[in-house]
Amino acid sequence: MTTLQRKEVNPIAHLSPEDIEQLGRELDAIRDEILAVRGEKDARYIRRMIAVQRRLELGSRAVLLFSVFPPAWVLGTIGLSISKILENMEIGHNILHGQYDFMRDPKIHSTTWEWDSASPAEQWKHSHNELHHKYTNVVGRDNDLGYGIMRVDEQQKWAPAHLGQPFYNFVNACFFEYGIAAYDLELGRNLRTKKRRNNPEFRARARQVLHKIRRQVTRDYVVHPALALPVGFAVGNPLGALFGTMAANFVANLVRNLWSHSVIMCGHFPNGVETFERTSITGETRGEWYLRQMLGSANISGSKLMHIMTGNLSHQIEHHLFPDLPASRYAEVAPKVRALFERYQLKYVTGPLVFQVASAWAKVFRLALPNRKPAREIDHSIPPRHPAEVAA
Amino acid sequence: MTQTSPFTRRLRNGAWRVVELITTPVVPADYLDVIAPLRNPTVLRARIEAVRPETTDAVTLELRPGRGWEPHQPGQYVRLGVDVEGVRLWRAYSVTSAADRRDGRFTVTVNAVRDGVVSGHLLRHARKGMLVHLDLPAGDFVLTSPRPARTLFVTAGSGITPVMGMLRSALPELGDVVVVHSARTPEAVVFGAELRELAAQGRIRLIERHTGADGRLKPAALADLVPDLFERETWACGPGDMLDDLQEHWADAGAAERLHVERFRPTVLVAGDGGTVTFEKSGLVVDVAAGATVLDAAEAAGQLMKSGCRMGICFKCVLPMREGIVRDVRDGKLTTATEVDGDNVLIQTCISTAAGPCRLDA
Repeated sequence: MTTLQRKEVNPIAHLSPEDIEQLGRELDAIRDEILAVRGEKDARYIRRMIAVQRRLELGSRAVLLFSVFPPAWVLGTIGLSISKILENMEIGHNILHGQYDFMRDPKIHSTTWEWDSASPAEQWKHSHNELHHKYTNVVGRDNDLGYGIMRVDEQQKWAPAHLGQPFYNFVNACFFEYGIAAYDLELGRNLRTKKRRNNPEFRARARQVLHKIRRQVTRDYVVHPALALPVGFAVGNPLGALFGTMAANFVANLVRNLWSHSVIMCGHFPNGVETFERTSITGETRGEWYLRQMLGSANISGSKLMHIMTGNLSHQIEHHLFPDLPASRYAEVAPKVRALFERYQLKYVTGPLVFQVASAWAKVFRLALPNRKPAREIDHSIPPRHPAEVAA
Repeated sequence: MTQTSPFTRRLRNGAWRVVELITTPVVPADYLDVIAPLRNPTVLRARIEAVRPETTDAVTLELRPGRGWEPHQPGQYVRLGVDVEGVRLWRAYSVTSAADRRDGRFTVTVNAVRDGVVSGHLLRHARKGMLVHLDLPAGDFVLTSPRPARTLFVTAGSGITPVMGMLRSALPELGDVVVVHSARTPEAVVFGAELRELAAQGRIRLIERHTGADGRLKPAALADLVPDLFERETWACGPGDMLDDLQEHWADAGAAERLHVERFRPTVLVAGDGGTVTFEKSGLVVDVAAGATVLDAAEAAGQLMKSGCRMGICFKCVLPMREGIVRDVRDGKLTTATEVDGDNVLIQTCISTAAGPCRLDA
């Protein structure tokens, strides 16, 4: 049984346990429909996406050999930014979810894929697939709620350190890939005591992360800038070429980080998204799990291009319901899912990117301060409990 | 071949490490794949260069293998990985072309199998330019050296395929050759025209048996057709029961060591409820009841298992299934694996229940 955080209005008071199980069965039916058609089209899609991204990356890197010329710098930097976004969002995230494991292609498989992010795939899969997707929005279990550094729910206890959270959030956005790596390592918790610091398992994982970061940094800030030197020497401006390519890589990484941070903030932080009490998700039924995913996620509306650039995390609700279905199918199931929300009188939280980002940021600012009034005691269990049970 | 000095080698290794840095976190070959998929040194692929129908139920594919290929011995098979409906399925096919072709190509001949997913797909959809995945040639169904003076081939149906590879490669080296081949009708004889031509030239003695009209050939009747059969080195390939009969017959005659057989393993598995799961590394054998998951049953029996969300969403519990059939407890979807799939079938143990006997690599 799941328990919602105490909010003024209980969004599911009208649902009976039977309704919730029926809802679960209807979502299972939607899943089965996609499974029945999943196949060649999806395989072709991800292979084409990988080919496009790799060509774009090679092309942009080639253009950046001439980074000493401003138009080449601009073109190369834009291309590289888009390539890095695709690589992380539509390709890496989705493959690591096992969405394409059905293809039995050992190259495109959740157990073998590695991505251009500071967090090694193995560690990220644990904190993301296993913890975040299972315990979505459960305060104290799902560390994605505020990433352990922010207060994103009225029910989280306020401390003076939270006054700085708009600033932390901005810094986190700029260096998001490192933020995720630190988060996957549970750095805050593991650095606190000497015993944890010296834990061999933690040290091994930290070494993996550092090794990966070192390779990525060498690639972006040493090897590629060095490759731009010949052209730099040829036009008598080697430093311009060296620093030009370094800057291009820095900007591309920054753009990718800001973009992915914004998209991911929109997934669970905007207004209207519910959070849940730690107390009791034990014995949660499949229907209740589905319901928690429905209430705990928010979508972003927009064009097809926008959906691709967000790795289809713009369909965060559909993604949380069916994390192992190919993401390019979410647009197809979205109308059916939305119809279910309406039929069960639930709120399908969605909005344009700018609006959702603003809403999430507003929350970060608002909750930097303590609550103005204490939250009211209302029982918000899923499924709703009978008044007699509550009294007992 | 020129000898590389240690210095050159170090320089080359250093340069390669820089290239690997450029492509991190993936490997340089992954970028190469986008441009030249046959050049990948770690993933063996082949391009279909020609598709030739043999009978209404058989098609020959001419394949140009990529980098890393090694020539086969006549009679051996290759595993082909074919993407059917987006899923890579592996099947073994005998090489039917002569060994050591100048152009480096080879052929396989695919025969329709009842309910065969891959053979059906290749018969309908194989086109010039298509890529397939490939494994190196394997199998010990090969001609002996020195070549025997008298040879007998007993084949049925698609069992002619490895024998055709042998005949095309080594017929001049084989002295007296008899081929006894069974097919349902004269038209159903794969390579019928070529075999009859060889017989007309007197290079082989061909005995065709058309089982549709004449019924199956019994081993006992074979002695009437080929009186000196036990003095011949014999290679046989065809349905399992035919091979069983032949082996028994040869063993009774004390000539077992002169008979070489090749068995095509069935790839169509039938789903039941529950099954025995064998963990190959630990040796544990667990009965998984219908509805119980492999993960739960194995843990209950003391097997150390990888696990995560236990609800099918995190993919942390996946294990390679070497052989067997499992059912997804959420939606009833079946996943099968046979020996030819290699280690490519990974199952989520937390949502899979056995639908028959299974062997897992754990």
